[in-house]
Amino acid sequence: MTPRTIENTREPDETVCRPDDDELFAGNDADEFSSILKQGCAPKILITTCRFNSSRGPAFISELLSVIPNSHYYKRGTYDLKKIIEYAKKKDFTSIIVVHTNRREPDALLIIGLPDGPTAHFKLSKLVLRKDIKNHGNPTGHIPELVLNNFATRLGHRVGRLIQSLFPQSPEFRGRRVVTFHNQRDFIFFRHHRCVPLEFISCYMWTILCSYLTSIMKAFCYYECRYIFETKESKGSDANGKKAKDAKSEKTSQQKVITRLQECGPRFTLKLVSLQHGTFDTKGGEFEWVHKPEMDTSRRRFFL
Amino acid sequence: MQHDEVIWQVIRHNHCSFMAKIETGKFCRNPYNVTGICNRSSCPLANSRYATIRDHDGVFYLYMKTIERAHQPNQLWERVKLPRNYEKALEIIDKNLMYWPKFLVHKTKQRLTKMTQMRIRMRKLALKTREKIMTTPRKEKKREARREEKAEKAAVLDKSIEKELLERLKKGVYGDIYNYPADKYNEILDKEQLAADDIEEDEEEAEIEFVEGYDDLEEEEDIEDFGGLAVNKSSLDDDDVGLDDNDDEETVAVDHKRVRRESSLALRKLGNDEGGTKPKKKARVLVEILMEDRRQSTESVRGVFASFRDCEQVHRQSQEFLLSLIDRVATC
Repeated sequence: MTPRTIENTREPDETVCRPDDDELFAGNDADEFSSILKQGCAPKILITTCRFNSSRGPAFISELLSVIPNSHYYKRGTYDLKKIIEYAKKKDFTSIIVVHTNRREPDALLIIGLPDGPTAHFKLSKLVLRKDIKNHGNPTGHIPELVLNNFATRLGHRVGRLIQSLFPQSPEFRGRRVVTFHNQRDFIFFRHHRCVPLEFISCYMWTILCSYLTSIMKAFCYYECRYIFETKESKGSDANGKKAKDAKSEKTSQQKVITRLQECGPRFTLKLVSLQHGTFDTKGGEFEWVHKPEMDTSRRRFFL
Repeated sequence: MQHDEVIWQVIRHNHCSFMAKIETGKFCRNPYNVTGICNRSSCPLANSRYATIRDHDGVFYLYMKTIERAHQPNQLWERVKLPRNYEKALEIIDKNLMYWPKFLVHKTKQRLTKMTQMRIRMRKLALKTREKIMTTPRKEKKREARREEKAEKAAVLDKSIEKELLERLKKGVYGDIYNYPADKYNEILDKEQLAADDIEEDEEEAEIEFVEGYDDLEEEEDIEDFGGLAVNKSSLDDDDVGLDDNDDEETVAVDHKRVRRESSLALRKLGNDEGGTKPKKKARVLVEILMEDRRQSTESVRGVFASFRDCEQVHRQSQEFLLSLIDRVATC
């Protein structure tokens, strides 16, 4: 009896991507990201802000610079966004990210793909900078691994590919960096972790050994070993309780592999406000999807 | 008869609906006012001869009021279109207001100047893109915040990320980076426990004979498992984490560690004899293979995959260390 959740009772959407959909693959080949995602042109990102910068803006931007490899920050000045787009095209950038601030807080993110990429306008919220996260880690320069969860519909798939095109397509697994964009009910949660998988024997010494392990890992920081998969031998139930019974029954040791994640880097949530077909042009552009308040009437209808 | 004075007295002292009083002064909201201030000389109602400039869609018009038409409010104001050119507009004003009081002429010209400047600025701004501030109703903002909270709770992010990563590991996306052969590892573990019984006596010798530990290595079952941890210890001491240089130390200390580990395992698994015999048989086979692999790997692969091995060694070291810790805890 599975409990009824909003995800279970989501309104059926005919645009949900199916794994055997040829049309989807054809569409993928023909869309703007295919050149980056397939042929492996290295993405080059231009990050800028809106005209008036605020206190949290630069901190967030510096963190973004560390998360996304091969990204550059340019001050905004008072250039028109369209002029910026032309300039970026000339300099061979693959996308532009504009961080918009409102009331001294980064508020919106505008991701523009180049040369004629789509423009996605996201609402940014719940921004937590790296320094505010407890026990945060520091990211290295390795190319991170991308995890894109739950982008189900065609629109979601497109947005997922847009995000994918920001990152280089050859992740360095040794760097053990994971960047996650998790879509849940049309909110895209961004997380940035370092993974630590460990191999373990005992389970009741768990907590003690955990702390020892982290100290070891810190000693090895030059390896930048952030991923360790843990194999936890979990004896059926409480170790103490079972010991008496162990004599008879063979030890049921199940090996479970666990990853331990250490959060590093900012975390924020995005919500798609509009997706426009060409580059930024609010007046004359063709909008693929625009959020309207009347779409919020049903609690079980999601678009991504 | 026009009674400007009377009108002014009434307006000024009783009430004028166009007057707006703010802390810096009294202003007149009448659209026909030249200066915009509520004054005896600037009030369009209290002056029967008056002139203004008003703008309609970017075109300036000169409006004039004379006493002759005071009884026809419908046709009170006479309108003259002014040309775009500033100087020509000034000439036209001069021509129309030729014998009018200087005050009015002066003020009208000032108004024209100001309005042309404003017109230029507005046109320039219209060319540039302005950011338009869109407001969302508060209700929607709150609703969004609420839904975001719930979505975040519904998306158990850490678990889903971990699940995804584990799936990738199982699919083999990472190849051999993690080198996590669970079954082998288990077998080796069991093997170790039994071997611990035999080698327990050698423990003390191993501790003393650091240098000669290298020979013992070849007899060990799975060197790869224990290859690194010793370095960990030494490195912790020396702050020197260069594994590549410490191969000899590794192998030496390995023996030490391995033995201790075995003893610890032996302590814990005293009661379990059933699984003992089987792994032993398998173990021997495995041991040979592993040893051969190790040798080959060390010879051929050393330089190229140095860092690769380092990772393995690291996590094996960690395992080793952990087990030693278990041992310590068990003993105390």
